[in-house]
Amino acid sequence: MSVPSTTPRPAAANSGDGSSPARPTPRRDPEPSVWPRLEPLLPQVTKPIQYVGGELGAVVKDWDAAAVRWALMYPDAYEVGLPNQGVQILYEVLNELPDVLAERTYAVWPDLEKLMRAHGVPQFTVDAHRSVRGFDVFGVSFSTELGYTNLLTAIDLAGIPLLAADRTDADPVIVAGGHAAFNPEPIADFVDAAVLGDGEEAVLEITGIVREWKAEGSPGGRDELLLRLARTESVYVPRFYDVDYLPDGRIQRVVPNRADVPFRVHKRTTMDLDAWPYPKKPLVPLAETVHERYAVEIFRGCTRGCRFCQAGMITRPVRERSITTVGQMVREGLEFSGFHEVGLLSLSSADHSEIGDMCSGLAQQYEGTNVSLSLPSTRVDAFNIDLAQELSRNGRRTGLTFAPEGGSERIRKVINKMVSKEDLIRTVVTAYTNGWRQVKLYFMCGLPTETDDDVLEIADMAHEVIRAGRAATGSKDIRCTVSIGGFVPKPHTPFQWAPMERPEVIDGRLRMLKQAINADRSLGRAIGFRYHDGEPSLIEGLLSRGDRRVGAVIRRVWEDGGRFDGWSEHFSYQRWVQAATEVLPAFGVDLDWYTTRQRDELEVLPWDHLDSGLDKDWLWQDWQDALGEYEQDDCRWTPCFDCGVCPSMDTEIQIGPTGRKLLPLTPVTGLKLPTGAQQ
Amino acid sequence: MQRVRIRYAKRGPLRFTSHRDFARAFERALRRAGVPIAFSQGFTPHPKISYASAAPTGVASEAEYLEIGLREQVDPAQLRAALDAALSPGLDVLDAVVASGGSLADRIEASHWRIELPEVDPAVLRRAVAAFTAAEEVLVERMTKQGRRTFDARSAVIRIDVLASPETPSGAPAVPCAILELVVRQVTPSVRPDDVLSGLRVVADLEPPVSPRVIRLAQGTLTAQDAIADPLDADRDGATIGER
Repeated sequence: MSVPSTTPRPAAANSGDGSSPARPTPRRDPEPSVWPRLEPLLPQVTKPIQYVGGELGAVVKDWDAAAVRWALMYPDAYEVGLPNQGVQILYEVLNELPDVLAERTYAVWPDLEKLMRAHGVPQFTVDAHRSVRGFDVFGVSFSTELGYTNLLTAIDLAGIPLLAADRTDADPVIVAGGHAAFNPEPIADFVDAAVLGDGEEAVLEITGIVREWKAEGSPGGRDELLLRLARTESVYVPRFYDVDYLPDGRIQRVVPNRADVPFRVHKRTTMDLDAWPYPKKPLVPLAETVHERYAVEIFRGCTRGCRFCQAGMITRPVRERSITTVGQMVREGLEFSGFHEVGLLSLSSADHSEIGDMCSGLAQQYEGTNVSLSLPSTRVDAFNIDLAQELSRNGRRTGLTFAPEGGSERIRKVINKMVSKEDLIRTVVTAYTNGWRQVKLYFMCGLPTETDDDVLEIADMAHEVIRAGRAATGSKDIRCTVSIGGFVPKPHTPFQWAPMERPEVIDGRLRMLKQAINADRSLGRAIGFRYHDGEPSLIEGLLSRGDRRVGAVIRRVWEDGGRFDGWSEHFSYQRWVQAATEVLPAFGVDLDWYTTRQRDELEVLPWDHLDSGLDKDWLWQDWQDALGEYEQDDCRWTPCFDCGVCPSMDTEIQIGPTGRKLLPLTPVTGLKLPTGAQQ
Repeated sequence: MQRVRIRYAKRGPLRFTSHRDFARAFERALRRAGVPIAFSQGFTPHPKISYASAAPTGVASEAEYLEIGLREQVDPAQLRAALDAALSPGLDVLDAVVASGGSLADRIEASHWRIELPEVDPAVLRRAVAAFTAAEEVLVERMTKQGRRTFDARSAVIRIDVLASPETPSGAPAVPCAILELVVRQVTPSVRPDDVLSGLRVVADLEPPVSPRVIRLAQGTLTAQDAIADPLDADRDGATIGER
């Protein structure tokens, strides 16, 4: 059997009234498993274990017994994709339903892709090695836009037509999710639908609609199914919307082209995280992956209001998971997985209303074991060090990370990261005097209104950190690493209107900064410097704020061999520039138009019809406040500032404290024998 | 400290588990199974686990060995069951014996391998094996950690047979398939099944069209009849005495 061939597009692919006669669904069940054809290829590729499946926590269910079948993809290599929380949560939520089956698939490396094409092996799931084309729904979770070319590889390898318009009832419905789905326009040609916001309940709703439609005998085919999804007002189906452009290339309007399709599609918000304690059975890979730990979200959302942070804007309001649920998840997650590291995740973990009790409680529970706890947090204050001290009670104090994000007081006001230089120095010195030898400081380059001076102040800050640290500890054995990321303006943030800086300017500033750091040899020796070039950020900017016309660029890059754009060894700036130069002029726009151009208040943005709950007028006001260097407080401890999310989404802030404490664990001794085992 | 020696298998798809992958999975399995593993002293304590010559990635095995040190005495049969349950199916713990002394590594003298060569005519393989056996020395090349090395693949091979009546190869489609069985002495640099296949290429231009499937059937001490004895046999009497 070879790769399923592309079924020709049916002539009556829909007349637009949604009343096409019901056709028998020609969906073909996939071959039971592609494994016999895949297996002989694996000795020829690197790290074959990543394609094998068989992880703890993996589920293989009976194909024929499932009414609805999902293939879930994280469009990057297995080592990055497997630990992804979103996919793991949806995988578990779906597989808990008796009549639903979910399997996972990841991007295959170019060595295997080549062999799969040569031997006609389709994109497969790692669970039961089934062809992705045989599933009802193909859900793809995008944390970053740099996974778009990998989406095209997977669709093509699966034998599914690249363009959504060419697909038939024999093809799965391709649904995009994740943060990048808040502007899915650049991939609107390739996906059938996109879901904004939290996935737990969204996948259940989609499953229900697919189940019902199939049970009815799939009336109206694919078109009817997509229409039913669109009518929920929380699933965006790009084909039901027309985009009109102005002569100058800007968007004139985006309007539904069908009756019953909503003008705006709203994001989903899962309230009460205690009712959704996933992952309960985390996937434990055999292959080495980027995170080998049990990760538990301690809250979702963030209202710190950092203006560059898309995650903080689109996940509002703050919803805490209670200390007791976190404690229970950690205990059960560790018992199930055998992991010895726990990550307490959120956008700003130190902000949990009971973070102190949570950290000391967990530290106490696991004292004397080799379980280590980590708190990836970014707040710059002494409280953070108390927490870190608690978590590293009997462990090593190797490194702490702080993220001032901006080098100067001025730019930190622009981005709304409220931390003074004095606070930062004091915090870092506290860390040094408490035994930490290495501190990492994270900044961004290319921020709106940024000047050379703003970036050069990073050098002053790093010098002062080392100077003060040496004075306080009396030791020269302290280091700091300055790590710099490129700023990318994102949709649904106050910076969505901001112009990007050119890569040459960014690279020039980074060179100056490096010189300034090393200008003092004695201090420079203790300072590490890591940065990213400006070029990948510019392309990420194109994909983040692009519209449907950018789809042609993505396709051209992919056809030219573009893969794994998030990996510096695979990313080619030239290829993207070349593709943009070839494709965009036909639309009267170019790469600069999408990236370095400032948008004005009245411009219709490609994602305006997608509702994150944030009021566009508020975002514009916050953008003006940024330019005026005016800071915005956090609504958790100051009055509501009307960002719009809670009233429009009918949600509210959910925070503690609950006043509960974590109780000491009763140590369990003795071997854990399988139930029913012979003694 | 109680020391326990363990035999485990790497089967089916999980034969693609690398040694590092297995080591990580095994450490997690120790925690899941509640094994009172002993740790080394020092700044970064490591669990006391030592491995005996692991099969290459992609090669299945019925006979991998390791030894662990324990803080408390455990019943080896229960330990085996608990560890087996804690590992993915396909990484199967087959045997556990309390160590009676001596060194496990010293008892690994040779390995017994089986190589399935789909789409290779057994008669062609027989001729290649005859040429290999007739040679005094067969020099092959392999990339090692020290770079490209050339070494003799012939002298370590104690037995090399083409199976008289090939059984159906495991899980493969019904195509002709030649089967090779090898007993190879543990030497440095080690001669692996793929080195012997390289040797067959050198002496007889044998080029398998499909990736061969290799399995280690046994490793251990070499008997007078060029058979291989389970290295845990020597511990088994001692273990019985220790327990009762």
